[in-house]
Amino acid sequence: MVRNGYAGDALREYLLRRLLYFIPVLFLVTVVTFSIALLLPGDPALAYIGEANMRDKVMYESMRKELGLDQPIPVQYAKLVGRVLRGDFGRSIRTREPALEGLLARFPVTLHLTAMAMVVALLIAVPVGILSAVRPNSNADKAGTMLAMSGAAVPDFWLGIMLIYVFSVWLKVLPPSGYVPASQGLWPSSLSMLLPSISLGMALSAVVMRQLRSALIEVLQQEYVMVARAKGLREALVVGRHALKNALIPVVTVIGLQTGRLFGGAVVVETIFALPGLGRLAADSIFFRDFPMLQGVVLILALAVLLANLFTDFLYAFLDPRIRYR
Amino acid sequence: MAGSLGVPRARGLAAFLARAVQTRGAGFGLVVVAAVLLVAVGADLIAPYNPNQPQGVGVLAAPGFPHWLGTDQLGRDVLSRIIYGTRTSVQAGVVSVGFAMFVGGSIGLLAGYYGGWMDDVLTLVVDALWSFPTLVLALAVAASLGPGLTNAMLAIGIVFTPVFARLVRGQTLSVRERDFVMAARAIGARPGRIMLRHIWPNVTAPIIVQTSLLVASAIVVEAALSFLGLGIEPPTSSWGSMLKVGYQYMQQAPWLSFAPGVAIFVTVLAFNLLGDGLRRALDPRLWQQGQS
Repeated sequence: MVRNGYAGDALREYLLRRLLYFIPVLFLVTVVTFSIALLLPGDPALAYIGEANMRDKVMYESMRKELGLDQPIPVQYAKLVGRVLRGDFGRSIRTREPALEGLLARFPVTLHLTAMAMVVALLIAVPVGILSAVRPNSNADKAGTMLAMSGAAVPDFWLGIMLIYVFSVWLKVLPPSGYVPASQGLWPSSLSMLLPSISLGMALSAVVMRQLRSALIEVLQQEYVMVARAKGLREALVVGRHALKNALIPVVTVIGLQTGRLFGGAVVVETIFALPGLGRLAADSIFFRDFPMLQGVVLILALAVLLANLFTDFLYAFLDPRIRYR
Repeated sequence: MAGSLGVPRARGLAAFLARAVQTRGAGFGLVVVAAVLLVAVGADLIAPYNPNQPQGVGVLAAPGFPHWLGTDQLGRDVLSRIIYGTRTSVQAGVVSVGFAMFVGGSIGLLAGYYGGWMDDVLTLVVDALWSFPTLVLALAVAASLGPGLTNAMLAIGIVFTPVFARLVRGQTLSVRERDFVMAARAIGARPGRIMLRHIWPNVTAPIIVQTSLLVASAIVVEAALSFLGLGIEPPTSSWGSMLKVGYQYMQQAPWLSFAPGVAIFVTVLAFNLLGDGLRRALDPRLWQQGQS
């Protein structure tokens, strides 16, 4: 009881420390994002008033004032943070709409894509990883390892192009691009996401596969598994009920830490498949020099990664009791 | 061989490398990496045609003779462009990872050796950079610096800096308390000398592994940046910009996206296999697991 109380305190302290650390990191993330937007070539005030009004000095000066560009950089930064905290990301240069509206409209698409990519990755990685681990160095294991190495080496955007070629141009069974919103039915929506999620999920499946294989091999050599075997338990139960549970702990961590990679990959995959998500918005914002939008995308994606890492840490602390006794 | 971390120079390092390429996969990786480096260096001698010169057979010619991989939308020889593109990719991979190793390695050494507030501040900066999705940060930095290979390499280098900083910091923390470092400190060696002469040689082995894996990633990121129009500028060829053209002409000339994709895939696979071999040579536990 005493021990549990101590463990609970240690866990609470660990989580609190982790949560507090989140604040300065988030602060630095906003500084980096602001600096990137500041360095972007082009004059934002000029972009807002348009080329037609380029020579109108009064209009130009009033736009600079409205955007706060006439103030010192630290003041500009402080105002930006204040606005972002109130949910105001500025206006898009391209559409003239509040950037937040555009960001919120695009986020579900990216979330849908990354979630489906994770499902695809797990559907490939878990069975192959288990098969490889229960028969190490067998032909099945070698084939699994080869699949993992290939999955890790194939660039997601090239895989996307090849999938479009095979399934849309050649076999004509799936649309080459375009997004069907979930409001028009889950099945057609998921079908429109199938090729993009395979492109994005393949690399993740390779990482998960290898992690699961090595974790499971290690767990399968432990004494409690030998005891389960000695008791005459069927191998499927030994692996499924006893070994897999512990082998999945590092796998969960790896999946959590791969969120950033998935969001990054979404930039090219969404561009190739013409999906209206945050990734494509980032690419478009750069192309159109839409710096408020770019700033918003970068900030939201970094925040999403930070939260995913925080969640992974918390989950890991709950799943692995050793962390609590440290 | 001193422990799992330490790789003494000369014979020790040679033995480590020899052990790394013992498996078939790592051997294949080494051969392909060597071939890719040779092609990159000798592109002028190997390429059959000028990569930027339109050829007589016209545009979008299918693979055959004399243009083995066909011609592109401007009638240029695809094989020659792939060969010259190797130079771009290798340069992007090596320079950006070299930059990341230098900056990240310095941050890691300083943070790990001095500890205290310096460690806190540097770790915080590294963690903040680590929070951005790799390609999103690379894209944003490359956009703010402007297009071009040098800027793309700088952007990739910045993005990969945290990887080396974290790795070197962790290794430095474990080496810093070892006897030979204590001894160096006791005889009055300066911190700079201790870091470079005593700590750095003992953290190089995991760095070699990471370098091989990161060069592969850098090649992919450069290709992605070029694909999005932020990498190399035309007419210089790069595998990423060739893929972009291939994507645009997928219906009429699918071979245009096939060749550069295979080039990236094989190169990345080779660097990964080599990196894996190096990692296995470092970690005796992995030997027992076979081809992990």
